[in-house]
Amino acid sequence: MSTLLEVNKVVKKYGDYTALNEVSLTVPKGSIYGLLGPNGAGKTSLIRIINQITMPDSGEIILDGEKLNPKHIQYIGYLPEERGLYKSMKVGEQCLYLAQMKGLSKAEAKIQLDYWFDRLGIQGWWNKKIQELSKGMAQKIQFVVCVLHKPKVLIFDEPFSGFDPVNANIIKDEILALQEQGSTIIFSTHRMESVEELCDHIALIHQSNKLIEGRLDDVKNQFRTNSFEVGILTDNVEGLMLAITQNYTIQPTNFKSLNNELKLEINLGNSLPNELLNLLTSRGQVTHFVEKIPSVNDIFIKTVSQ
Amino acid sequence: MSILALIIRREFISKVRNKSFIVMTFLSPLLFVGIGFFVSYLSSLKADLKQIAVHDETGIFVSEFKNSEEYKYINLSNSNLNSIKDSIKSESYEGLIYIPKTRDFKSLENKIQYVSNESPSITFVDHVQEVISNKITNENFKIARLDTLAINNAQAEVNLELKKATGEDSLKGINEIKIAIGGAFGYLIMMFIVIYGNMVMRSVIEEKTNRIIEIIISSVKPFQLMMGKIIGTSLAGILQFLIWTIVGLILMFSVSMFFGINATPTSDIPPEMLHSAQQEFSTVAQLYLNELLNLPIATLLICFVIYFIGGYFLYSSFYAAIGAAVDNETDSQQFLLPIILPLILGVYIGFFTVMNDPHGTVATVFSMFPLTSPIVMLMRIPFGVPWWQIVISITILFGTFFFVVWFASKIYRVGILMYGKKPTWKELYKWLKY
Repeated sequence: MSTLLEVNKVVKKYGDYTALNEVSLTVPKGSIYGLLGPNGAGKTSLIRIINQITMPDSGEIILDGEKLNPKHIQYIGYLPEERGLYKSMKVGEQCLYLAQMKGLSKAEAKIQLDYWFDRLGIQGWWNKKIQELSKGMAQKIQFVVCVLHKPKVLIFDEPFSGFDPVNANIIKDEILALQEQGSTIIFSTHRMESVEELCDHIALIHQSNKLIEGRLDDVKNQFRTNSFEVGILTDNVEGLMLAITQNYTIQPTNFKSLNNELKLEINLGNSLPNELLNLLTSRGQVTHFVEKIPSVNDIFIKTVSQ
Repeated sequence: MSILALIIRREFISKVRNKSFIVMTFLSPLLFVGIGFFVSYLSSLKADLKQIAVHDETGIFVSEFKNSEEYKYINLSNSNLNSIKDSIKSESYEGLIYIPKTRDFKSLENKIQYVSNESPSITFVDHVQEVISNKITNENFKIARLDTLAINNAQAEVNLELKKATGEDSLKGINEIKIAIGGAFGYLIMMFIVIYGNMVMRSVIEEKTNRIIEIIISSVKPFQLMMGKIIGTSLAGILQFLIWTIVGLILMFSVSMFFGINATPTSDIPPEMLHSAQQEFSTVAQLYLNELLNLPIATLLICFVIYFIGGYFLYSSFYAAIGAAVDNETDSQQFLLPIILPLILGVYIGFFTVMNDPHGTVATVFSMFPLTSPIVMLMRIPFGVPWWQIVISITILFGTFFFVVWFASKIYRVGILMYGKKPTWKELYKWLKY
């Protein structure tokens, strides 16, 4: 996969406060790239720099092989976390205005708008004022404004907040469709389950520094602890426990099952799963044997609290 | 369409389509005319008749007080002084003029009293003093055996005739007209700055509270957005003034038509007298007209446009910066005061200092100072200002304008993305360095 966006040692300071400390990122073309980090980590500062809202103090950003310049504005679509539109302006006019600002001609903007309004089933809203729409409806408009000019890079900051599950699903499908059409998506959120679901790459920024970056699978591999969740039916619980604790460290765990078995999380250390499995099968009936893969949530909490 | 034009267009349309704009545009001329009629109606109302008791122990002054529309004098010289005072307390009379008997007029001068519940108007006090003084003066003349008639005839009254060095006739009262014309232009600029500057500020705050700012700023430069806003809003304002001017002209025209028909003389005045009166009137009118035509009208109009643009842009940059710095209009007060002050100062200096001494130091300095020059200089121009002063003043104004726009756009750039807290002056200073 080739690189679409490269952030190179970007530094941003507000007075004495450093918002970004030599942050470097590589966003592959066609990826859905999760930009994670606790509140105040510097995500918004970085997104604003990519959008050319603010300039970095040092460092550079390369988009599609070129240093970031004003021409790139029309290649980027941005859905900010703080949503907002002109309240007293009509939906259609407002979309046309914002599309023209992104460099589309009026006629072109009209065609795209018709397509999107049709696709999302909101044709009837053209002459409504934003203040007549509900919050979720306004969010949809904003989503349209963001993707209207077919940007190469889409930056979504918390795209699902404010949507009900049905609409959130519609938006999720649209995001995946956009990826299929070749857009690269940068996705900033605190909802780890949607990262798990959508992202193929992630980066974690904490206290102005990038701590983790890479393919989601690679990152997970890196955080793998070689632990297994085990369920076993046995008559001699004490004997089994003794045998296990001699070789492995254990933690109590809980998972859903229909049997009343012994449930354990076993850390294998350097030994192989089969050794444990052999031990277990000789002692009882194994009902559950799953490697515990770290969730994005685990990785996030573990990294940030270190 | 360029992005700037796009922004200007949106700002203009959103201002013009606003209901309050439409209402203001068409209602305020009517309101103005209405207020005019109301005021003239009020001033045509007669004041209540006030009864003034006069207790004159000398008996020589009481006949000097002539009843007028407002005051009726009642001779109560024979009544008991205390009972009159009581009746004033019970408000049968507005007041009492008490003139005691003294050895001579000299000692009378400071013994006369006016007794009332409410303090009398200044004009009334002046009138009473004048009536009594005149009587005493005349009595003194008699005592000194001076011929009052001869004295009256000997009294001279000089009327200064005003001429200009160029030899034309000049007129008294023309200064008032000049200040009125200059003042009207200056005042217009001030009103425009306050009304439309505020509009710019509100529109910045709106974008900020709407949070649409982030989307827009990701497409355009903050400077472009700010300038687009200022220009778009000012165009809406100019349109409004244009409509007002046209409506005003139509109103004036129709009013003069209306009164013109009514005023046709159906008079009893002998024609020859009427003719001579008309002639006299028309020479005076001719003189005024000449004076008015001699005013530097072209300079005035050109300067009005230049100062208008310079002053409005200068101030609305401030307004835009303030709008960007705050989260809502209530927070803006603290920052608005330093902007309003020079405007008010300009108007006061215009009306008081320029009127008395159009080319004095104070007037000259403030017609150079960029925050007051659009108002003060326009008020000075009808009195004739050397062209080099105008050039310096305009240069300073536009120099400051560019500096302020630079400074405001810096605050604007940072401010529009800052939410939540009201900044202090110190923080604003820090923003300049970001």
